[in-house]
Amino acid sequence: MIAITINGKQREVAADPDMPLLWVIRDLLGLTGTKFGCGVAQCGACTVHLNGEAVRSCVTKVSRAAGQQVTTIEGLSKLNDHALQIAWAELDVPQCGYCQSGQLMSAAVLLRENPNPTDQDIDDAMSGNICRCGTYPRIRLAIHKAAELQREGAKS
Amino acid sequence: MNRRNFIQSGALLSGGLLISFTIPKANKLAALADTADLNVFAPNAFLNIGTDNSISVYLSHVEMGQGIWTTLPMLIADELDVDLKKINIKHGGADKAFNHVIYGAQITGGSSTTWSEFDRYRNAGATARTLLLQTAATRSGTAVESCKTEDGFVIAGSKRYTYGELANDAAKLPVPAKVPLRLSTDWRYIGKGSKRMDARVKTDGTAKFGMDIQFPGLLTAVVAHAPVFGGKVKSFDAGKAKVIPGVREVVQIPTGVAVIADHFWAAQQGRKALQITWDHGAGVQLNTGTQTAAYRKLAASDGLLVQKKGDVKTAFTKAVKTISAEYVFPYLAHAPMEPLNCTVKIENNSCEIWTGTQLPGGEQAAAAKILGFKPEQVKVNIPFLGGGFGRRATPACDFVSEAVHIAKASGRPVKMVWTREDDMKSGFYRPFYVHNVKIGVDKDGLPIAWNHNIAGQSIMADAAILFGPPPAIDDTTVEGVKGSPYLDEIPNHFVGLHTTKEVVPVLWYRSVGGTHTAFVMETLIDQLAHNVSIDPVEYRRGLFKNHSRHLAALNLVAEKGNWNRTLLPGRFKGMAVHEAFGSVVAIIAEVSVDKGVTKVHQVDCAIECGLAVNPDGVKAQMESGIIFSISMAMYGELTFVNGELQQNNFYDYRITRMHEAPRINVYIVDSKEKMGGAGECAVPPTAPAVANAIFAATGKRIYNLPIVNNRLEKQA
Ligand code: FES
Ligand code: FES
Repeated sequence: MIAITINGKQREVAADPDMPLLWVIRDLLGLTGTKFGCGVAQCGACTVHLNGEAVRSCVTKVSRAAGQQVTTIEGLSKLNDHALQIAWAELDVPQCGYCQSGQLMSAAVLLRENPNPTDQDIDDAMSGNICRCGTYPRIRLAIHKAAELQREGAKS
Repeated sequence: MNRRNFIQSGALLSGGLLISFTIPKANKLAALADTADLNVFAPNAFLNIGTDNSISVYLSHVEMGQGIWTTLPMLIADELDVDLKKINIKHGGADKAFNHVIYGAQITGGSSTTWSEFDRYRNAGATARTLLLQTAATRSGTAVESCKTEDGFVIAGSKRYTYGELANDAAKLPVPAKVPLRLSTDWRYIGKGSKRMDARVKTDGTAKFGMDIQFPGLLTAVVAHAPVFGGKVKSFDAGKAKVIPGVREVVQIPTGVAVIADHFWAAQQGRKALQITWDHGAGVQLNTGTQTAAYRKLAASDGLLVQKKGDVKTAFTKAVKTISAEYVFPYLAHAPMEPLNCTVKIENNSCEIWTGTQLPGGEQAAAAKILGFKPEQVKVNIPFLGGGFGRRATPACDFVSEAVHIAKASGRPVKMVWTREDDMKSGFYRPFYVHNVKIGVDKDGLPIAWNHNIAGQSIMADAAILFGPPPAIDDTTVEGVKGSPYLDEIPNHFVGLHTTKEVVPVLWYRSVGGTHTAFVMETLIDQLAHNVSIDPVEYRRGLFKNHSRHLAALNLVAEKGNWNRTLLPGRFKGMAVHEAFGSVVAIIAEVSVDKGVTKVHQVDCAIECGLAVNPDGVKAQMESGIIFSISMAMYGELTFVNGELQQNNFYDYRITRMHEAPRINVYIVDSKEKMGGAGECAVPPTAPAVANAIFAATGKRIYNLPIVNNRLEKQA
């Protein structure tokens, strides 16, 4: 048994220690918001937070998460109200939507580390996440927008 | 009488997935409708209103990113006079009631959803509104003419009814054959648009895709496919696979060997442990190098007549200059973000399928055939599609058939999952094409002779399973050259086609023929303009004098995109215009070429699509198409060595990323023209606009795609 804290809840899974965290999350824990896109750390669809850091869960062995904190898109906020989620909906970012969990999880780390990212910062932080629908221009705008929302939130 | 259909609604799968139920045939329901307590007013297949005031809209087309989850309900909301946000939106399953109004089969494709459903969905809403008004009039004893609707209520004299209160009685009225539609001045959404109705569920992980189907007892299958198209299993040993914890079963199916396990990881481990001997078949002879040589030879001669005018041969003798060009386009994989997958559950007399498909009726028929069922015994549930781009509209029904074979062989419910590598290697590609063009120009630099031959496989030939034998000239190969506004103006021209056959299965790829024909036409027109040092916008204006929609898009992009702007040092611009799917898109691309690396910095885009029902949705599709086209032009290439595909995953089949995505500005022509499409329309002109900008930067023309295969240096 491997113990993981996922979205704040203690869970135990009977998994091969080599099993990628992605499949533990999806197939054993039944949380399907985290997506499978490539399986080889190329697309970012599977991005989750491991102790607050963005990792590609498709290439992260579950043993690495043993006893650690994992956050998935389901745990990014309680009410779908993270500044990024609000900005995403406001600017109609998603198209097919399949990449967006990963985009949001990558962007969330960027925004936490850098509350006022430049376009270059966004390029650097987000170029590991592929969007086949080409929502990049809106993702960029939405990250700026979320930064703005966060600043306003901090002021009020 | 036009019996209304009964739609079972409101039920949710255990996974919380929104699922619509197929609509039983109307005649079977006659008895049911008279006796059952409907509790729902369903004047047609597209809409129902519950006594609880719920409003559900069923989509005949599927949502794969293009935004119809929002646009189709908008059409109903405007006619029904309700707040769009109050509507429950669901994909319709496979049912003839949802057949495409033009194509005759249930299909999401050809950038056609909005224009093809514009009347049908508005009528669906208007029908309900008419019946609700009648019901309220009768109940209140008011003349129907003095009743009106107001955002989900009928106002009848002093009475105010919710739609739900009227639903049961409205359901008893005969459905009128013709109902009045509201005036465009009453539209609240059409032409103005709305935020996406699926945005919220796509930001918190709750949107369900085919990949996300889960229910107790469901197993996961992965399949070992032949490494070469047409290959077959000769023999296999599953001994090592079966001992992997979690692996339940290994079955042979017509397309390979499937490993069925408790979860994906075990199934994938199992597949790695299989020992299979393949009979490769004739497919091993496929090599991209020899294919290129063979197609080049073919395209150098005149093919089967596609279109002609005047006397090309004689015209060349009068030309002051001749320009020859040969273009090579590789096979391309659609690579939707969600790899293909399909869940199948077979019971005694029924089968249930969950899959993201653009062709629900086709999949239903294919599954029924495999199982010896009637189509009605197969229920197709359609979650959100994680991208389609044509790959989920496969008339051969390859991935659904494969999943049905697995479930049939195993007897257990299975979710078949393809890895990215499976998705990339399993075919149904944009075909490999070669174009050979010779142009004769007069002293003013205008083309007077144009000889154009194309060699490539026929998509329609591969689609014959669904659409019957292909015509001699497959329009999907030649569209964009055939019917080109430029050719209209050229007094002597010939277009020919060589249809080839290969083991590689081919398919429509977002914008289909436009993926290659626009590139050829638009880079050649650019070349003709430069040949006489005429500005490419001016040169096109001359040729578009009889094509007002082309002109409108061109003029708008030139004006708003400021074609004559001063560029930063090292930046260069190119442009292109193309008509596809009833709309014209004009593009200006601004690029730099630095140390051989091309970067697209900015794209300005104008579309003439008639009425833009959801303008921001149109803009989003332009952005999407532009970036899709940049991926295709810059990197897209599949190659074969001895029949084996050389590409595997995103590391060797690259997709445009954030840092490579340009700034995009989209302008919509204010137009009263016939409504056209949007989803695919920006793909054709973007690639040639980029190539034309590269020419401006380097003096080099791109004849071989993708662009990264060309050595490029900035002009000194
Ligand atoms: S699925 Fe993990 S990076 Fe693509
Ligand atoms: S929204 Fe479709 S892949 Fe990003």
